[in-house]
Amino acid sequence: MERDGLSVEIISPGVLSTVQDLGRYGFQAFGMPVAGALDRYSLMVGNLVVGNDLRSAGLEITISGPELLFRSERLVCITGGDLSPKINDRDVPVWQGLMLHEKDVLSFGGARNRGARSWICIGGGIDTPPVMGSRSTYLRGGLGGHEGRRLERGDILPLGAPDIFSRRGEGFVVPRELRQNYIERPVIRVIPDPREALIAPEGVECFYTSSYRIGPDSDRMGYRLQGPLIRHKESPDMISDAVPWGAIQVPGNGLPIIMMADCQTTGGYPKIAGVISADLGLLSMMLPGDHLSFRRCAVTEAADASRALKGDLERVRVLLADHRSRPGAPSLGIPADNGAMLLKFGGEIFDVTWRII
Amino acid sequence: MTVLPGSVAANSHCFNNPRKGGSDLEGGTGYPRFSWCGDACLVAEFGDKIDPLINSMVRDLDLRIRGLKLPWLVETVPTYRSLAVYVDPWDSPREEVELAVTSLAREVKAKTMPSVAVVEIPVCYGGDFGPDLERVSMYTALGPDDIIRLHSSKLYRVYMMGFTPGFPYLGGMDPRLETPRLEDPRTLIPAGSVGIAGKQTGIYPIASPGGWNIIGRTPLVLFDPAGASPFLLEAGMEIRFVPVTGERFEEILSGNGA
Repeated sequence: MERDGLSVEIISPGVLSTVQDLGRYGFQAFGMPVAGALDRYSLMVGNLVVGNDLRSAGLEITISGPELLFRSERLVCITGGDLSPKINDRDVPVWQGLMLHEKDVLSFGGARNRGARSWICIGGGIDTPPVMGSRSTYLRGGLGGHEGRRLERGDILPLGAPDIFSRRGEGFVVPRELRQNYIERPVIRVIPDPREALIAPEGVECFYTSSYRIGPDSDRMGYRLQGPLIRHKESPDMISDAVPWGAIQVPGNGLPIIMMADCQTTGGYPKIAGVISADLGLLSMMLPGDHLSFRRCAVTEAADASRALKGDLERVRVLLADHRSRPGAPSLGIPADNGAMLLKFGGEIFDVTWRII
Repeated sequence: MTVLPGSVAANSHCFNNPRKGGSDLEGGTGYPRFSWCGDACLVAEFGDKIDPLINSMVRDLDLRIRGLKLPWLVETVPTYRSLAVYVDPWDSPREEVELAVTSLAREVKAKTMPSVAVVEIPVCYGGDFGPDLERVSMYTALGPDDIIRLHSSKLYRVYMMGFTPGFPYLGGMDPRLETPRLEDPRTLIPAGSVGIAGKQTGIYPIASPGGWNIIGRTPLVLFDPAGASPFLLEAGMEIRFVPVTGERFEEILSGNGA
């Protein structure tokens, strides 16, 4: 089968665009970072809207987005921050099911102080070959995604086959309260780490009472923070142990680093605290120069926050199901005999014998 | 179901006796000790030093946990003295995780675990492959031949993996070989390079920047993302460096490519 048509072409790549899914798990014991979308929630909601498996790969785009030429008709949902998306130069909203036709161009005008990153989810998902069970790009290791690197002009990304109901998500709008919104000067919730004992008490106090700024040399591996110095009790060196995403290390220079999705799996600097999973998405929205502060929270509060986020995802699922079932929703296909349907995708006709029960 | 006191990890971020309601970090000197590192990672610590017996206990707990096929388990990361147990923060019964990890950790015996396997690592020492052999020689006052002999005569334990994909943290280097890191780290060290940094020795699995004293290179591939088993080494193995000539290095290298 000719597959050339089932793809997206990169006309221009933007600042940093990579293929990401929910991450590469199972190999941290061998030193392999998990990588994956910096906001799992945004990626999952986008996938849901376009009818994909939640684990499908989308594009993570940064600050100024790419320009993409669609060679195949697909439902698209852009989640995360608002980088001013346009279809054929016409402004379109984020967090909404958008139909792109063959030869349509999706481009971005850039961030308007509404979040640093977006995720572009496309019906059928991006079908680059999985590496060690994931399509996530791990930039420093040069693996996963599209040839293990950031996207470049002329790259052609293969797309998978969309779900038969994908198109029915057209026009679906994710309610504002169920979106990952950009928040100015967020207070990030953290769980204190036992290694806090290696930090001087006034250093710990300083960490929780100060405002920190995200430094210019921050990336998917870690956010380097600028602000008041945090003093250690004695030596900042300790025996290396595991470093999860969200761990906040304090190296010898006293400036904290928040470890992000591409962080190394082990490290030898004391960790003062760990960002709760539910707040990692807020960090993904932030740019160098943005300010944030930290608040202690209990593991129980973190669990409640995660449960709430999961509830939000379920709520999107319910609302989407309702939207898809509306009679006014764009028609799925041409009714065929025998309760089956003929489905038309990107110029190809599939005869799917799918009985409506 | 027996439920741990829910407030234990909530009120104090470290606990070492869940049945008695836990204790804080200052008060608790006993091991194993447990703590949440963020909300997706429960850490069990068995000590506070690099020691084969402590590392064996980490491995023992790792095998017990992985052997149970626990539905909430994402993965585990064994380190020198602790085991990180990763769970899905969206969907894990926290009390059940704590109960499982703490009770399994208490079954761990302080006994040395047998080695998973002994892996021989051929190394071509010196020359272009080992640009810092001279530097190590000057610092240690040992001749290059003595350095090679001492470095290749020991069995090294793979205590943990980390830093970059496939990088083994090795224990057991002869203290006479101890050499400080380069003051000015190199921007690119080729894959397979074998180096010394302070009390440690190790192998770079992929080309990366680094400040280790490079004394040789192995033709073996430590990390192959496309391979059926991407990693040559794992925690719990032992390795031995075997000196080889430049010719033998090339032979093995071309064999790798076949």
